[in-house]
Amino acid sequence: MKTSRYKNILSGGFVFFISLFLSGCQFALLDPKGQIGAAEKDLIITSVLLMLVVVIPVILMTFYFSFKYRESNTGETYTPEWAHSTKIELVVWTVPIIIIAILGAITWQSTHALDPRKPIESSVKPMTIEVVSLDWKWLFIYPDQHIATINEVVFPKDVPVEFRVTSNSVMNSFFIPQLGSQIYAMAGMLTKVHLIADEAGVYDGISASYSGHGFSGMKFKALAMPDQESFDEWVKKAQASNDKLVTLKDFETIAEPSENAPVSYYSNVPSTMLTTILNQFEGSLMCTITPSNSTEQTF
Amino acid sequence: MFGRLTLDAIPFHEPILMVTMAIIMLGGAALVGGITYLGKWRYLWTEWFTTVDHKKIGVMYIIIAFVMMMRGFADAIMMRSQQVLSAAGETGYLPPHHYDQIFSAHGVIMIFFMAMPFIIGLMNIVIPLQIGARDVAFPFLNSLSFWLFVVGVVLINLSLFVGEFAQTGWLAYPPLSGKEYSPGVGVDYWIWALQISGIGTTLSGVNFFTTIMRLRTPSMPLMKMPVFTWASLCANVLIIISFPILTVTIALLTLDRYLGTHFFTNDMGGDMMMYVNLIWAWGHPEVYILVLPVFGVFSEVVATFSRKKLFGYTSLVWATVVITILAFVVWLHHFFTMGAGANVNAFFGIATMVISIPTGVKIFNWLFTMYRGRIKFTTPMLWTVGFMITFTIGGMTGVLLAVPAANFVLHNSLFLIAHFHNVIIGGVVFGCFAGFAYWFPKATGYMLDEKWGKRAFWFWITGFFVAFMPLYILGFMGMTRRLSQHIEPQYFPMLAIAAFGAVLILCGILCQIMQLYVTFRNREALRDVTGDPWDGRTLEWATSSPPPFYNFAHLPEGNELDAHWYQKERGETDQSRDYQPIHMPKNTGAGVIISAYALVFGFGLIWYIWWLVAIGVVGMIGTWIKHSFNEDVDYYVPVEEVKAIEEAHKARVAGASTKPVTNNDDEDEMEVEYAN
Repeated sequence: MKTSRYKNILSGGFVFFISLFLSGCQFALLDPKGQIGAAEKDLIITSVLLMLVVVIPVILMTFYFSFKYRESNTGETYTPEWAHSTKIELVVWTVPIIIIAILGAITWQSTHALDPRKPIESSVKPMTIEVVSLDWKWLFIYPDQHIATINEVVFPKDVPVEFRVTSNSVMNSFFIPQLGSQIYAMAGMLTKVHLIADEAGVYDGISASYSGHGFSGMKFKALAMPDQESFDEWVKKAQASNDKLVTLKDFETIAEPSENAPVSYYSNVPSTMLTTILNQFEGSLMCTITPSNSTEQTF
Repeated sequence: MFGRLTLDAIPFHEPILMVTMAIIMLGGAALVGGITYLGKWRYLWTEWFTTVDHKKIGVMYIIIAFVMMMRGFADAIMMRSQQVLSAAGETGYLPPHHYDQIFSAHGVIMIFFMAMPFIIGLMNIVIPLQIGARDVAFPFLNSLSFWLFVVGVVLINLSLFVGEFAQTGWLAYPPLSGKEYSPGVGVDYWIWALQISGIGTTLSGVNFFTTIMRLRTPSMPLMKMPVFTWASLCANVLIIISFPILTVTIALLTLDRYLGTHFFTNDMGGDMMMYVNLIWAWGHPEVYILVLPVFGVFSEVVATFSRKKLFGYTSLVWATVVITILAFVVWLHHFFTMGAGANVNAFFGIATMVISIPTGVKIFNWLFTMYRGRIKFTTPMLWTVGFMITFTIGGMTGVLLAVPAANFVLHNSLFLIAHFHNVIIGGVVFGCFAGFAYWFPKATGYMLDEKWGKRAFWFWITGFFVAFMPLYILGFMGMTRRLSQHIEPQYFPMLAIAAFGAVLILCGILCQIMQLYVTFRNREALRDVTGDPWDGRTLEWATSSPPPFYNFAHLPEGNELDAHWYQKERGETDQSRDYQPIHMPKNTGAGVIISAYALVFGFGLIWYIWWLVAIGVVGMIGTWIKHSFNEDVDYYVPVEEVKAIEEAHKARVAGASTKPVTNNDDEDEMEVEYAN
């Protein structure tokens, strides 16, 4: 009876401590809200478990051997000349090779399955959002809706989104942790990442590549709308904006360096805006853009 | 006249910097005054600054490494505290302008000016002794390498008080590091500090490679070399192949910044992806340049203190060679998120994982060296066991990062920061400290105080886990690196724990300082006259401590593994009294003078002071030409001198073996065993 009570207290205390400890923590990567993020979470867990097959024995052996063969323990066998064993060599080479072979196979498969430029299979028609990293804010262009926003990106849930990403100055990395994969933004070049939200909600977005003075403030919100109607409503709101982004000159005004920029909307955006932005960089690697959803290689 | 340099370059408005500057100036003045008062300038110049003795050069490398560790650690404490303050909703005391310089300097200092000199210092002290050589292949070049490295150290510290340092991160990715986005002198300090010290490193690589290939005692074949020397050989091959890549990459960036070329700019066909590829084609081998030699250190330590032959020498050597080769085919794993195709990413991911196989084998080799041994837990052995546990965890997170699709969410997060500190601190730094404690008696003739050494170890390892495990968690919470302002409040608890861990590490560093002080105070009790206090296995323990400047009166036999161990067993230690004159290099000040001109040259280029640049170039080339006409570079040590030194050593050993040495006020009971 006594022991079980201690056990209860101990386990209760443990759970209390852990929950207290982690109550303030939100594990973005372990709480994914889209299928890409979910697959990546599973991949992380599988890989770690697989590696623990080697790691845990190694750590235990280190402790055990350190203790057992300590100098003061003179009763133990001591074989100062023993330095080779084909059997042990075989095991210590083969086990890691097998683990890495399995992990390698998983890597090959998952790298192809989760290739950022690979469109997400879905019965729903995908949409395209163009992302331009500026100093130090994010510009999102909706070529089909003819709108643009700063630091807020909105899309309906369950609709695959193709993000076409570039930069207007230095490198950045476009990343919504709860939805999955990030991708670099580089001037004069186009990278792509396909993401989807399975749940409606507001997710944090960041730049994951240091880009200078205002980097800390390069945050944005990603809004996954519960349905198409609410998304359309939001589009209407943006289309009604008095601020316009029509010419390269308008763009340059928006692109002036600023920090912690507030959310803002722009209307009348031509669908060729991204090409115009890319083509500012003479001799850039990517001068024309093929229609969305094609699988062209950017580099 | 002074190019871009005006009085505005001195940061009078930054109280932190001005106080630091005042302290350093006062400390420097005290040091200079003290040396002058004691009349030690001539001694320093003739015995140390102009020395070509590999052991003294090694000691100077390690002293600077320790000093720079303090500087880099001060940066770390500032970063940790700023992030905690920011997550607590405060503004903190470091605006981005300052914080961005600090994390850039922290990375550059810890890799280039702490880890590298520590490793090269250990190589300097140990390699010639382990292979039974009397010096390195090119003693003058060795002196030059060291002083060029010192120029890098001076430049990066100068940037604190004259101008600014780069705000680009330690690898200065363009276009951010280009003229357009970083017009100031910060990146130029970065360029010239790295470029000048990097030339020194390349020369070191050539020097050690030649030394190991050509100067081994005639009876020592490659497959009988001690493992530290093997690992260093591989590391130097990596230096020779990879450092030129760094030199060229930085040179191209220099052309972009100084002459307006477009290698890495956004427009005119520039390609920043090329820079990122090139810098990591150097950067990943660099990781193995740091870690392979410490694998060698651990191999020596684990065999010595398990009092057992190293398990699986051949497979350990081959594992090292395999890692050396694979080091060149994994660089892309540093930027899976750049958008390369799935085939490319998968190739580099799998290649990276393959490296974990030979690395894992090494860990097993050390484990089975301990198996059925008689393990003596001295400080070096504690660092080694601590390493095995810590590094295994770091290795696992590294393989996880090598899975491209996992990397897509973990890249650049604090998980990455935790990972590489896990392998660099848990591997390289622990290895440097193990090597420091292990070879300190060899280099100085005194044992280190064990009590403070063990305290330092326990603070460091707990501090490490407390400081970096929370960063793994923060990575999963989605926190990216290099943030300094308006940090999300939910990160606060983990950041606070991490900051506490940094304080524990600080205690570890203080214990190390205390250890040196206590060692100095008890030096008479800690003196080792035998030259072989650990009952060592390899040839560096076959000579006295510190070794005579010519290392060995007779070149030792090295035709078996653990040569010194078996020679002791068979009673074959060097007892010959038949001495020969020894051919040795003469000291030269040319390395110091060339490097002084290199400093002038670098400073001139940073500030666009072109007449200084001209003086630097003419001075460097002129001194080099003058030195190459100097034919008075070597001499023979007369037999009488060798005889006097050797007989004195033998007399000391004979005297010491009659009276037992006790290690005063040491509860940990460090046993000092004597071979003779």
